[in-house]
Amino acid sequence: MLNNQGRPTQAGEAGAATHNTFTGNRGLQIEEALLFEVGRAETTGVDFPAPPAVKSRLGGLARDAAIGLVGLSEPETMRHYVRLSQKNYGIDSGLFPLGSCTMKHNPRLNEKMARLPGFGDVHPLQPLSTVKGALELMEELGRWLKVLTGMPAVALSTKAGAHGELCGMMAIKAAIAARGEQDTRTVVLVPDSAHGTNPATAALIGFTIKTVPARADGTVDPAAVAALTGPDTAAIMLTNPNTCGLFEKDVVAIAEAVHAAGGYFYCDGANFNAIVGKARPGELGVDAMHINLHKTFSTPHGGGGPGAGPVVLSERLAAFAPVPYTVVTADGVRLVEDAAENGSFGRITAFHGQMGMYVRALSFMLSHGADGLRQASEDAVLNANYIRAGLSDLMSQPFGDRACMHEVLFDDSWLKDTGVTTLDFAKAMIDEGYHPMTMYFPLVVHGAMLIEPTESESKASLDLFIMTLRDLAFAAKRGDSERFSGAPYLAPRRRLDETRAARAPVLRWTPPKPLSLAAE
Amino acid sequence: MRYLPLSEADRGAMLAKIGVGGIDELFADIPSDKLLKGLIGDLPRAKGELEVERLLGRMAAKNVAAGSVPFFVGAGAYKHHVPATVDHVIQRSEFLTSYTPYQPEIAQGTLQYLFEFQTQVALLTGMEVANASMYDGSTGTAEAVLMAHRVTRRRKAVLSGGLHPHYRAVVETVSGMAGDAVTALPPDVRAAEDLAAAIDGETSCLVVQTPDVYGNLRDLTPLAAACEAKGVLLIAVFTEATALGAITSPGQMGADIVVGEGQSIGNGLNFGGPYVGLFACKQKYLRQMPGRLCGETVDAEGKRGFVLTLSTREQHIRRDKATSNICTNSGLCCLAFTIHLALLGEAGLRRVAAICHANAVQLADQLAGVKGVKVLNETFFNEFTLELPGDAAAIVEKLAARGVLAGVPVSRLEPGHPELANLLLVASTEVNTDEDRASFVAALKEVL
Amino acid sequence: MTTLYTKDHEYLSIDGDTATVGITDYAQNSLGDVVFVELPAVGKQLTKGGDAAVVESVKAASDVYAPISGEVVAVNDKLPDAPGTINEDPAGAGWFFKIRIKDKAELDGLMDEAAYQAFVAELG
Repeated sequence: MLNNQGRPTQAGEAGAATHNTFTGNRGLQIEEALLFEVGRAETTGVDFPAPPAVKSRLGGLARDAAIGLVGLSEPETMRHYVRLSQKNYGIDSGLFPLGSCTMKHNPRLNEKMARLPGFGDVHPLQPLSTVKGALELMEELGRWLKVLTGMPAVALSTKAGAHGELCGMMAIKAAIAARGEQDTRTVVLVPDSAHGTNPATAALIGFTIKTVPARADGTVDPAAVAALTGPDTAAIMLTNPNTCGLFEKDVVAIAEAVHAAGGYFYCDGANFNAIVGKARPGELGVDAMHINLHKTFSTPHGGGGPGAGPVVLSERLAAFAPVPYTVVTADGVRLVEDAAENGSFGRITAFHGQMGMYVRALSFMLSHGADGLRQASEDAVLNANYIRAGLSDLMSQPFGDRACMHEVLFDDSWLKDTGVTTLDFAKAMIDEGYHPMTMYFPLVVHGAMLIEPTESESKASLDLFIMTLRDLAFAAKRGDSERFSGAPYLAPRRRLDETRAARAPVLRWTPPKPLSLAAE
Repeated sequence: MRYLPLSEADRGAMLAKIGVGGIDELFADIPSDKLLKGLIGDLPRAKGELEVERLLGRMAAKNVAAGSVPFFVGAGAYKHHVPATVDHVIQRSEFLTSYTPYQPEIAQGTLQYLFEFQTQVALLTGMEVANASMYDGSTGTAEAVLMAHRVTRRRKAVLSGGLHPHYRAVVETVSGMAGDAVTALPPDVRAAEDLAAAIDGETSCLVVQTPDVYGNLRDLTPLAAACEAKGVLLIAVFTEATALGAITSPGQMGADIVVGEGQSIGNGLNFGGPYVGLFACKQKYLRQMPGRLCGETVDAEGKRGFVLTLSTREQHIRRDKATSNICTNSGLCCLAFTIHLALLGEAGLRRVAAICHANAVQLADQLAGVKGVKVLNETFFNEFTLELPGDAAAIVEKLAARGVLAGVPVSRLEPGHPELANLLLVASTEVNTDEDRASFVAALKEVL
Repeated sequence: MTTLYTKDHEYLSIDGDTATVGITDYAQNSLGDVVFVELPAVGKQLTKGGDAAVVESVKAASDVYAPISGEVVAVNDKLPDAPGTINEDPAGAGWFFKIRIKDKAELDGLMDEAAYQAFVAELG
């Protein structure tokens, strides 16, 4: 018999938009307790047979106290982490215009390649005769980096961008010492728009920082550099394209000024992705530059690493490169591991660097080819300028409406008198389903909003993004402050109390006090 | 090109909207004589997925994967079984393709696992606080030394001769560049050095590894007392995190800072990286700690949430006065670590550690039975030093030719020490079987 | 008791040969919620312009320089546990340390209340 009731197929009367649920969950947004609140000491999600009985060789140091860890079964583990993952925004979730961070598509081919047992399951200290393909890959990655940058040498082993900076500055310090000028060449020039890692790196190895102010157009004036140079100049650390999204048009003159004073030119290559295939740092006077493989060549950011920051070096610095590095011999690729073999300044990490990232980056390069890498740079720059063109009538730019590189920088002067701050504006973007842009960086621009769409966005995606930001801008200007002041309203969490977190830091879970103690 | 969504028509329309005649007008700030045209060197053109896979597959095939042979190589990186769940979860887009959690409202997933990770690391090491990771154990050790200098306002580190030689080299490089002093004791194969005698009132820190690079377990308790008496910080280092499931934690023995390599939990060998540095210390040194920290707080509705905190220590605020220049760390490797450890739990970690130890003991006993071969260790966890009747590097090559990856010749880590040339570091974990051990012993008998 | 100000937004309340040093309302306002403060040790000899204390909010860290030279004779022990006091009452309970004035001539370059207010107004 036909069931003529069935289930309703129309939405029906819309009820109240929200109500408090019993669980605190909101549909697919599910609250998840801490591992230590759901796990149990006796539970394990890994099955192993009991160990064979042997006579312990631990001496008197066998662990006698419980560690305090908890375990989960496999289904509980999946649920815990899947629920956590759903509270995160990734590039695959939507447009992620985080300026200077280069959140571009992460091809899954690269993940697959890095997991080939011949790459993922080889030990750094296996006999070198058993890792010939791995050495070949390092050499090939190095070759691509050298050709793309026009530099003669590369040090691969650094673990991240800041580590690359450290490596490059160490090479410079070693070169200065080799000239016998270590006691006099102690000053590093850093533009005020520089990323914080630059001064931190230089200071870490004993350099003194002198700040170079930017001129009104947001770039560095070679005359200002020349005025600060002298016999004490060790180097300049210059980001190009710079953190304002502009190409340092006088880069050659800046390099000449530093070289004329006997110093070196360290280029922060964080923004190299804008100019791959368009210009070669080696032809601009650069002595050392790190390349963030996790930005330019799309190894995934992974919630904050791992990164990789190979450093390309000029002829003058090449001899000081850290071990290990590869050299091509008649018998194939050889790995030099002993710093005593030449003028190397030493070792900066235990093994050979971020092989997992090398594989992904080379996979990305091979896929694009030289032609595709240039196209990617052009598209990244095109996309940023398209956003600029779509917003320049509403939002103010600190250095006027001029072509930018791969990222477009706005300031907050257009928000004056609206009661809306850069922070509010960014948080309102979250409710619209976007990751906010980089805010309050570079520090030299008031209320900075740095938007980097990357080459991974389609025109339709950019159009919707522009329309969304225009809608928000109009809302801010017409005084719809509620949309901003409490934003985000729709994210897994509202704004978090950072003051409380910092005043009385709680940095780990601790078991709740037993009731008898809590009552005291 | 499959990764680039713009069509030629899109590009044309966008250039028109921007108001420029061609793409190179947007690159006008590059000096015109430096603007590249045409081919770039001899680099090839774009390739399809299939082609790339073939190319890289061929390179990979030239390497001997650890899982394909009897495998006993350690010395700072260890082959363990990583459950399938771990690799599945870390490849979820929301973890893989997210950034450092600067927008906590939409990064609670990352932040919560970092908080859980910090808790796990603090428990494992027996310390009060842990950070959200360093690049690896070696760079973490150099950071620990710098931190000790800040705390003590002294500038001399003393390094045990049992410290992994690569770790020593990294500390020496960083210290040398920073103008700090380092006293590195000579290679100490049998854990016989007198470390308490090596420190004085100018020493900032004593760096001791346990299990040490030769596999010996070291009791830090008397050293902690000696350090305290002279105002020296005791930095305990480990390279095999699994050991902490079987041995007394460095915190229990009185270490001030504990730093080590976390690769062996959750992370593959990857030919040396990426790995994950674990870093923990006493609460009172928190402000001098390098790296990111995740802390608990509440949101505007009073719900529990997590944020990065105490960031005024870091480079993006402190610039040249920061505690470290570290920015990106090892986020995804932390995730792999914390998932694997959540799966293991207390019970699983202790069991896997017990199996590692038992396998190593069985192996040591069997190898000691080979004529001319001596096990030098009194104590060890899952790695020990063999004295062979000939050059260890040559023997390792012969064994490799017979399909056994037997370990790390000490000469590879300590070149220029002929007295160490016959020594071989041998590691064993839960992946080794009776057959693996039998193959090793048989092959060794053949080549000696 | 007179109060003098520096261009780094520190105040000195002069009482005989000692000065009580803290940061101004303008400074606490620009820093935001203060979460941490590090004070010099009592007995420490400060040199004008040298590092004296550190004050941190969530987003900013700032060194407090010694406005004048002299010996630290007292510090506000309650501050490290209640850094919020600096926001609530910078000129009163939120003081940092007291210094014994070594050289009264060093006070000459400092601003009085009116000059400081004009200075702040100019910053906008």
